[in-house]
Amino acid sequence: MSAPTGKIALRLKDLTLSYDGHPAVHHLSGDVAQGALLAVCGPNGGGKSTLLKALTGALRPAGGAIELLACAPRDIAFLPQAADVDRSFPIDVFDLVAMGLWRRIGWLGGVSKAERARVREAVAAVGLTGFEDRPIGTLSGGQMQRALFARLLLQDSPVVLLDEPFNAVDQRTVAELLALVGRWSAEGRTVIVVSHDFDLVRRVFPQTLLLAREKIAWGDTAQALAPENLLAAQRMVEAFDRRAHECERAA
Amino acid sequence: MCDAPMCDAPMYDTLISPFVEFEFMRRALVGACALALAGSPIGVFLLLRRMSLTGDAIGHAILPGAAIGYLVAGLSLPAMTIGGVVAGLSVALLAGLVARVTVLREDASLAAFYLVSLALGVTILSVGGSTIDLFHVLFGNVLALDEATLIFLASASTITLLALAVIYRALALETLDPGFLASVSRAGGPATLLFLSLVVLNLVAGFHALGTLLCVGVMILPAASARLWSADVTRMTLIAMACGLFASAAGLLLSFHFNLPPGPLVVLCAGAWHALSLVFGRSGGWLRGLAPRRHLEA
Repeated sequence: MSAPTGKIALRLKDLTLSYDGHPAVHHLSGDVAQGALLAVCGPNGGGKSTLLKALTGALRPAGGAIELLACAPRDIAFLPQAADVDRSFPIDVFDLVAMGLWRRIGWLGGVSKAERARVREAVAAVGLTGFEDRPIGTLSGGQMQRALFARLLLQDSPVVLLDEPFNAVDQRTVAELLALVGRWSAEGRTVIVVSHDFDLVRRVFPQTLLLAREKIAWGDTAQALAPENLLAAQRMVEAFDRRAHECERAA
Repeated sequence: MCDAPMCDAPMYDTLISPFVEFEFMRRALVGACALALAGSPIGVFLLLRRMSLTGDAIGHAILPGAAIGYLVAGLSLPAMTIGGVVAGLSVALLAGLVARVTVLREDASLAAFYLVSLALGVTILSVGGSTIDLFHVLFGNVLALDEATLIFLASASTITLLALAVIYRALALETLDPGFLASVSRAGGPATLLFLSLVVLNLVAGFHALGTLLCVGVMILPAASARLWSADVTRMTLIAMACGLFASAAGLLLSFHFNLPPGPLVVLCAGAWHALSLVFGRSGGWLRGLAPRRHLEA
């Protein structure tokens, strides 16, 4: 795909990601421009979550490379599909959100008055004002997702990765969280969102990567999600082949 | 019980004079308080990490190390301490390693290791020592703490509190949301490792006073009770510390007045407080769940 305004945030070079040798993402190449608002769509098992995991550095490429030009891997703000937050942990919303400051405060750093104000701003921005003192165990699913978005806000990262962030969240929450995503993009941050909701993607995201282990389409959303591409994506994800041959392109 | 002429007030008689009059009681109190101060925050994190039983398992696992130390150097503090720390840490780390490289989960591999360790420890002790020694190692002797042991208990307690202060944030975040911590920093591994070392250090310190079987009691019981009173980590820690100190003093006094073994009574006092907390705890106790509370407008 082509970058609209020069600078590249991250570049995928013939990237292959695999589990036990079986590729989940196969020979994927492309650039993501700084400030891009990119949706990643595709069938289950198409490698979407795997791609995000690799971008954060949690999974090493089996082939090819990821070039992060905007920031270090640990500066990426990442919200996984099922964030493994222990909801029974006795901590309140304020402290949960404040953990987004980790890169700045680390093990021992104090939280300054200005940073406290930023935490409260973030809580307000996701519509949770008044919930600061509530234990996280008392939040609903949507409220928890809002709190996690507030934590992302505080991470203040040039690259934001969201994996299915709008699952099991009501319409109003989706709208408000989408407004935040729009704000990030307007601020020049690169936002990559995995989503199953084609309607939402068509409405909000200018660009889409349709991924079904291999790249089916990458570019303008309307074209990428054209019926023939969706059909091709469906066909790409064949059954897991135990006796798959070694990939010839790798040689 | 006290026939000195200065004991006129019954409160003083029961609560204060045993400590004033007998040095072994003062030593026992200082030792037990040092253990409770460091043990209760450790217990809080064990509880939050769902490792309440891990403390028990590691507690048993230090036995063969302490036994070998005993065989080599007799009832020597440094030898038994070093042996205990080495054995405890090895079992904790090996259990983690086995969980990573085989299909067994950590609880299963930990159980396997500690059962073998316990059997090994008892065998070693029976080869080299008498039943009295075995009894000492299993149940400790808080009334016979010498200078060196007391200094060791106090040092272990100080080191634990300082180290916990350093790893507190990382440890809390590693417990709350390990995925997030891993995405922003490498702190999770070192924090967990240091925490495990502190668990072992406190268990080894505890076994000199309370023995391997009981020293977990002063960690877990105050922590589990504290959770029933507060849903905030900091407050939980403070409540657990208070409970640990109370149980130490109360247990020693009861053991003094009724001529019963002190170690078990300290743990029993913590247990009594736990029973009360289970029923009356304001944050998740039994009565709290029963009472139909008035609900708010919003």
